[in-house]
Amino acid sequence: MSVDTIAAIATGMTNSGIGIVRISGEESFTIIDKIYHSKSGKVLSQMMSHTIHYGHIYDGEQLVDEVMVSVMHAPHTYTGEDTVEINCHGGLYIVQKVLDTVLKYGARMAEPGEFSKRAFLNGKMDLSKAEAVMDLIHAKSEYAYQNSLHQLQGNLREKIKTCKEKIIYEIAFIESALDDPEHIDITGYSERLQEKVKELQMELTRLIASFQNGKIIKEGIKTVILGKPNAGKSSLLNVLLGEERAIVTDVEGTTRDVLEESVTLGGIKLVIMDTAGIRHTEDVVEKIGVEKAKEYAREADFIIYVVDASKPLDDNDSQICRLLHNKKSLVLLNKSDLQPMITKEEMTGKTGSEVISVSVKERQGIEEMAEKIQDMFLKGEINFNEDIMITNLRHKNLLDSALESLNQVQQSIENQMPEDFYSIDLMSAYASLGYIIGEEVEDDLVEEIFHKFCMGK
Amino acid sequence: MPVLEKKCDVAVVGAGHAGCEAALAAARLGLETVIFTVSVDSIALMPCNPNIGGSSKGHLVREIDALGGEMGKNIDKTFIQSKMLNISKGPAVHSLRAQADKAEYSRSMRQVLQKQEHLTIKQAEVTELIVTEGEIKGIKTFTGAIYHCKAVVLCTGTYLKARCLTGDSITHTGPNGLQAANYLTDSLKDNGIEMFRFKTGTPARMDGSSIDFDKMEPQYGDERVVPFSFSTDPDSVQKEQITCYLTYTNEETHEIIRENLDRSPIYAGIIEGTGPRYCPSIEDKVVKFSDKNRHQVFLEPEGIYINEWYVGGMSSSLPEDVQEQMYHTVLGLEHAKIVRNAYAIEYDCINARQLNPTLEFKNIKGLFSGGQFNGSSGYEEAAAQGLIAGINAALKILEREMLVLDRSEAYIGVLIDDLVTKENREPYRMMTSRAEYRLLLRQDNADIRLTEKGYEIGLVSKEEYELLKRRKKEIAEEIERLEHTNIGANEEVQSLLRKYDSTELKSGTTLAELIRRPELNYDLLAPIDKNRTNKDDRVAEQVNISIKYKGYIERQLKQVEQYKKLENKKIPENFDYDKVGSLRIEARQKLKEFLPVSIGQASRISGVSPADISVLLVYMEQHR
Repeated sequence: MSVDTIAAIATGMTNSGIGIVRISGEESFTIIDKIYHSKSGKVLSQMMSHTIHYGHIYDGEQLVDEVMVSVMHAPHTYTGEDTVEINCHGGLYIVQKVLDTVLKYGARMAEPGEFSKRAFLNGKMDLSKAEAVMDLIHAKSEYAYQNSLHQLQGNLREKIKTCKEKIIYEIAFIESALDDPEHIDITGYSERLQEKVKELQMELTRLIASFQNGKIIKEGIKTVILGKPNAGKSSLLNVLLGEERAIVTDVEGTTRDVLEESVTLGGIKLVIMDTAGIRHTEDVVEKIGVEKAKEYAREADFIIYVVDASKPLDDNDSQICRLLHNKKSLVLLNKSDLQPMITKEEMTGKTGSEVISVSVKERQGIEEMAEKIQDMFLKGEINFNEDIMITNLRHKNLLDSALESLNQVQQSIENQMPEDFYSIDLMSAYASLGYIIGEEVEDDLVEEIFHKFCMGK
Repeated sequence: MPVLEKKCDVAVVGAGHAGCEAALAAARLGLETVIFTVSVDSIALMPCNPNIGGSSKGHLVREIDALGGEMGKNIDKTFIQSKMLNISKGPAVHSLRAQADKAEYSRSMRQVLQKQEHLTIKQAEVTELIVTEGEIKGIKTFTGAIYHCKAVVLCTGTYLKARCLTGDSITHTGPNGLQAANYLTDSLKDNGIEMFRFKTGTPARMDGSSIDFDKMEPQYGDERVVPFSFSTDPDSVQKEQITCYLTYTNEETHEIIRENLDRSPIYAGIIEGTGPRYCPSIEDKVVKFSDKNRHQVFLEPEGIYINEWYVGGMSSSLPEDVQEQMYHTVLGLEHAKIVRNAYAIEYDCINARQLNPTLEFKNIKGLFSGGQFNGSSGYEEAAAQGLIAGINAALKILEREMLVLDRSEAYIGVLIDDLVTKENREPYRMMTSRAEYRLLLRQDNADIRLTEKGYEIGLVSKEEYELLKRRKKEIAEEIERLEHTNIGANEEVQSLLRKYDSTELKSGTTLAELIRRPELNYDLLAPIDKNRTNKDDRVAEQVNISIKYKGYIERQLKQVEQYKKLENKKIPENFDYDKVGSLRIEARQKLKEFLPVSIGQASRISGVSPADISVLLVYMEQHR
């Protein structure tokens, strides 16, 4: 139904060694030809259908990853369109980089359920699946929309709104002058617009950069710190935060409420839920805290289990070990400065996780922990919410295209194109920004023209 | 009591700009047509501004012409000044505007109607629609006469239950004191048609002999006049032109207005209709743009023999005494005598979302409508809709496929799609910013876009069509030649480049590449283009634009391709939205209310999300 070319991570960011970026649409081969290089100088668009090729993905001069690329010609593909699948190294960082490159060279981020939709519309899917596809589109869109709004609350949303307002004002001015040339004079406007666009370009560049600074995973990796009372959870959190946030005492169970804090370790953002100590308790308030903690543990993408190495393991520890089941986790054997009662090997055996000896109090082993986490993330061992990642990528993609449109405006001004050409690209920039915050263009322009400029007879 | 009973194919109600085009189109397609007007003397009347065209409106006139309509030809015969607007901007926004001799325009159009075969002019007020089982059967007039017909086109303009206001002086008349049509609204309502009430206004007319033109800035027409119609010989329109004048309001004017605001029927709440924001009354301008200390005022003659001048920019509904004071503060109007007072006019029109894009009512077969009745404003917007409504009334009777222009084909397509799809709370005016593919919808290529359609419909002659086909071929070949003609860096080329401050060549290039340079164009390169054969001006223009703006044009063509895919997915007439499980409730309600004809149209309804569209697409595919 659509002629544009879409791309997305097809492997769903599961914990595999390989990630797949799928591109579908008429431009698939054009795009891959621009970014794929092989020693023998293969041009993938010229290759036979359903073949796979070794090579590298480059963003201009910059090497992105070593890959295997499958080339599939329409109509015998999942979507029924020309399709390229890039098999790259697993680990979100890399996969996302590859996807980013694909988007940069002309693909659009796939909407939720879009591959399936295309497959269906191109007759590649059983009719009986139609209901499921519709529900999927519906549910995913709703979710993505909610998610998108949720993430954009506050700052970013405001910034984008401000940019939008500036852009629409300029368009309205140009348009009112075009519609009513005898009332509204536009001579000498180009220079002013050039300045305005420059400001906007800088603002967008800044926003994009903030995405790239590891904030691309804006929501971060949902992390929960578990451990028996007084194992050193709050102290660990304090060390990570570099400030005294949670109340730390020697009395068991003082950390009652679940606090949420975010910490950036080596460019990776962890959103840490500090929980009440996990144990059986009669204390009602405490109990809410504990229930919550278990709930968070279930939802968490990553668990840091703090064990007091100076005390022997008990029932509570067994419970926690059960919570670690099927979760990515890291065990910290705390209080390594005291006489150990538990060994690393013992803990590895019980949890199957990596174990590091630390002394939170003495700030020992913290570096090692950070490196370990970073390593796990880059290898793709720690995952986070896929939909959030998609929404974020979508936002960045849209910011990129808004910036690209503004570059085009500058280009038009430099080429001394007439004013009416400026508004074409300004409008695209406006629309791209609108999509980020879930606003459609509708009749904004006409409204703005009448509101801000005195027109007519 | 016996009444007069007559038969015809098409009845057109109203003989303004919409009605004239509708009636001519139907009659020219061979259908017996009767055009009804409350006053035969007011055929093609211009009750407001004395000009045709202007930004984006000029485009409409060109499109009407390419389809075989009359407006362009008529203004070419009766204009008294002409100007191509926005000439320093891009070709997409160049727009023709001509001052008309109003009386001549009206007389000339009447002649065309009179001469038209199969067309009858009838002075009568239509008071009732005859509808049986959702199908139009005829109309009834005030005198009780019945006209049985197969289709009706309503073009009642601003006449339905019209009232004019100057301060608290209210007359129940149409424009210019003409008789209003007070009965038809009830009949429309009885047939389930939802009505709106809109408002517009016009400035005073001054006695030319009392205006001090010396104090104003003269505004001249173009030296070389470009005709509106593609069939008008450009040499035939080079004639002496009148001069218009520019002056300004001032703080004193604004003060008088502010002091008397409570006597304005709008600000006093007497007017209930919604007015257009793009041609605000002077009261509105002063209130809404209080930071401006002056507003432009254009003095335009109403005709050559009539020494009345239209005071453009100062429409008003203030009382007569305030008008007198207010106008006299304007430089050059100190002693001006007001011939006709400014007034506001209120009238009934419809919610155009009851129409299909063919301009046929969704719930009454054979009933069509066009013009201000549909909630638009402006002569050109009216004519454009009238033409389409007339064409489709005829095509329907002839059992041929009706004509729908889409947003990528014509401004007319944008106009009608906006009217029938979007929520419209004020008289709708065409604007170039409403056309998302305006680079393609230029006034210079309206013939290339639409003449073929006009020919297929039967309104454009074979000769004109053949001429166009030849020109198209010539344009394509010339573009091809220029894209492939290499140019070396020889001295002749370099000296030409130097002459126009263009960077000299370092290596060879093509002529097309040189045309793309901002400082150069097709004509300027003639000396170094050795193989060029003499080309007609219009061919040269198309070649130049197509090459110069190729990148942008290609981008828009790509967008159009996307747009068309959705536009071509038609939604069956009896589509049951309740059966589509995953639609959101809001979307379902909207879709059921509007019954869009295509997925494309559905996607433009506010409240229908892209996800809803996807769901619809999947459902439709499943049940194909």
